Amino acid sequence: MNKPADRSLAPADTGRLPQRVHFERDGTVSIATGKVELGQGIFTALAQIAAEELGVPLEKIRVLPPSTAYSPDEGVTAGSLSIQDAGKALRRTCAALRALLERSGGRSYWELDSPREAPGDAPEKSPSSYSVVGTNAPRLDLPAKFAGRPSYVQDLGLSGLLHGRVVRPPHPYRRLIDVDTSSTKAKVVRDGSFLAVLAEREEDAIAAAKRLRARATWEPAPGMPRDFHAWLKEHVAEHLVVKQNAAPERTRTAVSRVQASYRKAFIAHGSIGPSCAVARAQGDRLEVWTHSQGIFNLRRELATVLSMREANVVVTHMEGAGCYGHNGADDVALDAALLARAADGRPVKLQWMRDDEFAWEPLGAAMVVDLEAHLDVAGNIVSWRHDLYSNGHAHRPGRADKPTLVAAGHISSAFELAPAINPPLPAGGADRNAIPLYDVPDLLVMNHYVRDMPVRSSSLRSLGAYGNVFAIESFIDELALAAGADPVEFRLRHLKDARARAVIEKAVEASGWGQWRSAEGRGHGIGFARYKNLGAYSAVVAEVDAARELRVTRLVVAVDAGLLINPDGAANQIEGGCIQAASWTLKEEWRPGALGWEDYPILRFSEVPPVDVHLLKNAHPPVGAGECTMGPTAAAIANALHHALGVRVRELPLTAERIVRAIHA
Amino acid sequence: MAEMKIEVNGEMSDVAADPETPLLYVLRNDLGLVGSRFGCGGGQCGACFVLVDGRAMASCDLPLWSVAGRKITTVEGLGARSVLHPLQRALIAEQAAQCGYCMSGIVISAVALLANSREPTEAEIRDALDKHLCRCGSHNRVVRAILRAAHEQAR
Repeated sequence: MNKPADRSLAPADTGRLPQRVHFERDGTVSIATGKVELGQGIFTALAQIAAEELGVPLEKIRVLPPSTAYSPDEGVTAGSLSIQDAGKALRRTCAALRALLERSGGRSYWELDSPREAPGDAPEKSPSSYSVVGTNAPRLDLPAKFAGRPSYVQDLGLSGLLHGRVVRPPHPYRRLIDVDTSSTKAKVVRDGSFLAVLAEREEDAIAAAKRLRARATWEPAPGMPRDFHAWLKEHVAEHLVVKQNAAPERTRTAVSRVQASYRKAFIAHGSIGPSCAVARAQGDRLEVWTHSQGIFNLRRELATVLSMREANVVVTHMEGAGCYGHNGADDVALDAALLARAADGRPVKLQWMRDDEFAWEPLGAAMVVDLEAHLDVAGNIVSWRHDLYSNGHAHRPGRADKPTLVAAGHISSAFELAPAINPPLPAGGADRNAIPLYDVPDLLVMNHYVRDMPVRSSSLRSLGAYGNVFAIESFIDELALAAGADPVEFRLRHLKDARARAVIEKAVEASGWGQWRSAEGRGHGIGFARYKNLGAYSAVVAEVDAARELRVTRLVVAVDAGLLINPDGAANQIEGGCIQAASWTLKEEWRPGALGWEDYPILRFSEVPPVDVHLLKNAHPPVGAGECTMGPTAAAIANALHHALGVRVRELPLTAERIVRAIHA
Repeated sequence: MAEMKIEVNGEMSDVAADPETPLLYVLRNDLGLVGSRFGCGGGQCGACFVLVDGRAMASCDLPLWSVAGRKITTVEGLGARSVLHPLQRALIAEQAAQCGYCMSGIVISAVALLANSREPTEAEIRDALDKHLCRCGSHNRVVRAILRAAHEQAR
């Protein structure tokens, strides 16, 4: 078994070395990063950056699982920022060490006495001389994963391990009214309205939790309103101007007006492995192993909720199943910690069951986007108004002054939980990518923030960008139609940015857009965005067959993510993003009561289209690529559906029911 | 609680567990074979698949008593000692994963497919893997890896 336990307790000598790079006695180099591996391949990319800048072979580099015990606090691993931020910091450190080496008179890195005195302004290698960065280095972690070796926190074995399960109803609740714990063959742990079980054997914990759930009564909290999108518009707490460029004189030249309203459902993360954590409480110390995206923020919040000193809590990252945003990782870590305090110093492993995950993970927030634009006599856009209605898209621990973890609201000394908020612009949250990149003289973009949250939601891959780009890029096609223009030409006409034009032109050329041969029920469509309006550019062409049911038959995507550290790794992320976005767009809509995969189908092997990825090569600063195609894929599919059947479906997902309704509208 | 003998990856093991215990928990917690993973507990996602007498099936809802006298193979039992199975090598060649959590189960179903079909078509591969959910979107790379392994097997 793997032994992260030892490492989290005492990396005895990391304290006196530069925090990011450690030359080990066995001739390897350890990298301590604050960014975590989520299945995105970040450790391999960071190892490439270190190998390149140090001039050390890639196979000598080890990336340590981040821990609050010894890693730099690099915040949350989110927003496609790891390459951009952590990669940059690591490159700078390694360049400094290399400069030190060059002045050392022929010694090796392992013989340097005091690497702390590394110069802060050492020159970095020129990208033109790179020999490791920019190559398709195979992922360091995959051979072990294909062989089935221990790889995830779910696999962590510690001696004396107990198994825990949490007991919650499949809906939000105010309090646990009553529970019959008689003849329960596991230890019952109750703290206020938090209820869980501990057992020596996992199957006994599962059985006991199931039994208790059937014998407990809860006072439910108000659930999801029937028409959540209408409810959103009636419960706005703040009307926020995202961007305004007033040019009413241009709008007065308009000859036509187009309006449309778009909707996006709640989406589940739906990771294949439900959330899991291991915790051990000994004396006044707590150790937690977690697949959280933000170990320092989680530590802060655990300390607050458990009334502990932060210094007495060690949070160490271990991989979980694929992470696409703020899932149940942090919540299950508090659940496990509460159980660990009742376990007499023994470690406790707690994995949520599939129904816990569907009922309690924070979802990707539902949205309404209303758009209105005016066209002049030449068919150019003269005004644009974007009104979005949504909860906040960030409900992570450590971001607000109050806790956000599920159990914090249920324990006897319960906390009032903070509402979801939005990260500030330019990245934004609900308003991410709400500002169109197109040239629009008279512009107003509004974010109508809804604070009340009958459904728990937070950050899911690309946040508001998925809904905003779906709306904007569907609407651009609607405007092109109104202007009698080709959708590609119409986009290019309103875009000055050369990199934006380049990805559109590449996707169009690679998909054979101009040689399209129409056939009954078939269509193609395009979607474009620059992620956050400052990250990677992407254009997606979708081809669909809607003759019987809507199927995506091919996706062609062009991406400009600047300098690529590992082109195949980026392509893998982009393919995955396109396939996940196609699944969201065709099928996914979380409804209360969803407990298993039969209630929440996702795209399967036989339904997954081929995805052709084209990466534009340049030396612009590297940016993340894992999220940039989510919105463009959705819009491309909706636009292809319109091309195929002549109907516009403005509500996601694009189900058969909605398509039929649009046909009859 | 009962004592039972089960055969996993060619070795007999004594297990003390309730006969109704799903095989998955015995593999992971009693035998330390954590390559088979919990995903749903109801045979809906494929993350826990193992071979039982050569047939790929879910272990998360397979009671222990039902595998007495059967030969169980987990992902750890594929290939030879320290040599990966050709399919595992093909998956590396195609870099056919992101998080990899679903992969053990997929490898099991793919090995079962290749044992019965020397050169399956792409459609047959997708059909054989349709019970497996992958959330990261590695499907196309997995299919390419299986085609690659089949091609090498056929040579």
